[in-house]
Amino acid sequence: MIWSDAIRLALRAITAHRLRSFLTLLGIAVGVAAVILLTSIGEGIHQFVLAEFSQFGTNVIGIAPGKTKTGGAPPSGIPTSVRPLTLDDARALERVAHVTAVTPVIWGNSEVEANGRLRRTTIYGVNAAMVKVFTLRVKSGQFLPAGEDESARGFVVLGAKLKNELFGPENPLGARLRIGSLQFRVVGVLETKGQFLGIDLDDTAYVPAARALELYNREGLAEIDVSYEEGVPAGRVAEALKAVLKARHGREDFTVTTQEDMLRTLSKILDILTAAVGALGGISLLVGGVGIVTIMTIAVTERTNEIGLLKALGAPSRTILGIFLGEAVVLAAVGGLAGLTLGVGIARLASFLVPALPVHTPWSFVVLAEFVAIVIGLAAGVLPARRAALLDAVEALRAE
Amino acid sequence: MPQIELRNIERVFTLGDSEVHALRTLDLTVAAGEYIAIMGPSGSGKSTLLNLLGLLDRPNSGAYLLEGRDVTTLTAEEQARVRRERIGFVFQSFHLVPRLTAAENVALPMMLAGIPHGERSRRVAQALKDYGLASRADHRPDQLSGGQRQRVAIARATIMHPAMILADEPTGNLDRATGEDVMALLEGLNAGGVTLIVVTHDAALGNRARRRVAMEDGRKVEDR
Repeated sequence: MIWSDAIRLALRAITAHRLRSFLTLLGIAVGVAAVILLTSIGEGIHQFVLAEFSQFGTNVIGIAPGKTKTGGAPPSGIPTSVRPLTLDDARALERVAHVTAVTPVIWGNSEVEANGRLRRTTIYGVNAAMVKVFTLRVKSGQFLPAGEDESARGFVVLGAKLKNELFGPENPLGARLRIGSLQFRVVGVLETKGQFLGIDLDDTAYVPAARALELYNREGLAEIDVSYEEGVPAGRVAEALKAVLKARHGREDFTVTTQEDMLRTLSKILDILTAAVGALGGISLLVGGVGIVTIMTIAVTERTNEIGLLKALGAPSRTILGIFLGEAVVLAAVGGLAGLTLGVGIARLASFLVPALPVHTPWSFVVLAEFVAIVIGLAAGVLPARRAALLDAVEALRAE
Repeated sequence: MPQIELRNIERVFTLGDSEVHALRTLDLTVAAGEYIAIMGPSGSGKSTLLNLLGLLDRPNSGAYLLEGRDVTTLTAEEQARVRRERIGFVFQSFHLVPRLTAAENVALPMMLAGIPHGERSRRVAQALKDYGLASRADHRPDQLSGGQRQRVAIARATIMHPAMILADEPTGNLDRATGEDVMALLEGLNAGGVTLIVVTHDAALGNRARRRVAMEDGRKVEDR
């Protein structure tokens, strides 16, 4: 039997019972729509979260002082020592291959006073390369000047929110500002960056690292952040950074974390989340599959006579199996297509009505959902189709 | 070489604990182009014999040689092929597929045989014209009269040019005049060289055949 004929026969059988076939494929359609909708939301959240995390650029490596490990206590009672990370360390890392920018980071929380107003906020001690490492954008004025490390002047760059709180609509450039006990002069304002994990990135002030060390009376940096050329493996750069710092400190008393590693772990977690919600939708798809089993079983009973006739006309069991399997698959495939239209439509509508809701439907999900629907149809058809194929011709012809 | 040769056929059905001998030590030889009526009361085994001849059933013992070949030992698939190419069935209750048009019902055996669409529609159109059904091609069975339905069924049985036609009470569901038309049609096919085997309990119908086989309790009691 020719394939197109088998499919045409299946379609004729399906359209002969319009309401019944519609309800059956509706079961599959609802299942596929649920899978598509849930995975679209899952994937949307995935992309949204990753975008939040990578808004500073994805090619960042962080170095923190101290090595996370547990060892035996030294026998003599001498306290172990960790050499702090210094501005010199940061400068040394600038010369490592593929490194594009290095910024020291010290952070703290202080009172800021300017324009007759007082606000407690987060202070970051950084250098000029900060803009490059974390892709910050300056709205007015300029960022901290380069090449002033230890002798940095008391300049400050304000986050968008902090500027508004302290200066309102006025131009703050050149204004004097007190942080803790130190005096600063405003040289720039940053563009809005938004919230990130509950930290308001706009409610911050950036001052030179040397001044922040002085402000918080610290001898070492909290972190050194390094950005490297796009496309270079993070591991290779991390190894090179480690080698330089080890040579300077004599041992590995620091911890290197690549953002790529963090993002990969995060991405894996979010993939599992998407798969989990997809599986929830899959349950309704399974119920739809049961609907196909039911309707095909009824069809085989109703058409026992016809099966006997087909055998008398010389259809081998294989052909009869194919005809009924074909019907189940066509039901599932058409239901799947309806479900895809429904699911993608609802997803589009949702993102149109609620723009804040992250929704994204990758093509691979669409193809996969349709494939799964067809496989479910095939599985649902096996039992009834086998029953049809194994019917005795004489008995089947005689059946009322 | 006879077209059909049955040698010592036995067919036993098991109903619960008891065994029913539907056919006992049956021998039958049919030459190509014969017109045979198989007659007998219900339960005499005439339908079982027809099913055996049509390869819808297998004997418990004995040999069935169709055109010189033992067909009882063929696989189910090979038997299906023989049915498709050599045998045409006509049933008492027509057995048309209700959701298909007359033309599609006639085309069904060719569809199963994998004959391409173009040749199929050409042969169907010719067959419908031959049987006076050209204007009914797009009607479904429930829109046809009994006689028209049986003519569609006969067109379907002959579309593959079989060597023999097996008819089980072909006029059983028709009035006398329509039945007469249908029998004339089948006899016309026989005149064209096709072997015609008709199962009936109607003596008038049986007397039209050139050879009559009477069955009783699974035995052939008369053959002339």
